[in-house]
Amino acid sequence: MAVTDDEPRAQQNKQEKQEEREKQPKPRRQKLITGPGILLVWLYGVMVVGAVSRSAVQISTDFHKAPLAYTLSALAGVVYGFITYSLVRGGETARKAALVCCAAELAGVLAVGAWTLAEPSAFPDATVWSDFGMGYLFIPVLLPVTAVFWLRKSRAHTRPAEPSGA
Amino acid sequence: MLVALTVATSVAALALAAWCGFAAYRDQPTKDWHFIGMGVVTLLTLVQLIVGIVQLARGEDPEQGTTIFVAYLIGSFACVPAAGFMSLAERTRWGSVTVAAGGVVLAVLEVRLFDIWGG
Repeated sequence: MAVTDDEPRAQQNKQEKQEEREKQPKPRRQKLITGPGILLVWLYGVMVVGAVSRSAVQISTDFHKAPLAYTLSALAGVVYGFITYSLVRGGETARKAALVCCAAELAGVLAVGAWTLAEPSAFPDATVWSDFGMGYLFIPVLLPVTAVFWLRKSRAHTRPAEPSGA
Repeated sequence: MLVALTVATSVAALALAAWCGFAAYRDQPTKDWHFIGMGVVTLLTLVQLIVGIVQLARGEDPEQGTTIFVAYLIGSFACVPAAGFMSLAERTRWGSVTVAAGGVVLAVLEVRLFDIWGG
């Protein structure tokens, strides 16, 4: 029998109920890190470490040299961090948030990539997204595309409620 | 010494990547033997970390700065174990793909380490 919110229960059961309620959303929260998702999390994790540590070193040591480039790298790191967190957390809201961020990330890579090619003088030093992420094996431009595919597919996959409820 | 280690580690990392990629191709999760392989690669990076720190302590300077050098040493040490743990959580071919990707990432880190040290 399902535990509903309005069901009258004795005080002693209150805690039990609460525990159950805490447990309940978990299995229902759709997992985004199964199958190919784990690879995405790994690559995003690598990019988080790469972008954040890179910008941390550069901003703390010689920020004045290329403020724009270093700030963009830090921003990229934050976006990557958020996407990684969303993927690990799972669920519909996180999926949508990650989707939006992936789109923003893709736009960022394309814009900054084009910008670095069009006007190299604005970037005395490279960012994570310079030349469409060439310094990172083009992972920055491939990753959001893959992630968007994966995130869209996981919606289609879970919509017809799997029998086990997993 | 450090350069030889860097070359050895990148070769080992690429071999690990190929091996786990092959496992993924055959639709297999990572198995005990793969974890032993990851252990060997991790051991190499650990030795590299120690040798790197000893070199620094001896007063040798990496070409592109000590902070970056140490950061890359630690990063390459953590890389394969992290991927290994993720493949423990994902017992399908995708776990193997993740470790393969970890091997490739480590190889890239080694190339960067080589540059940072100054060949």
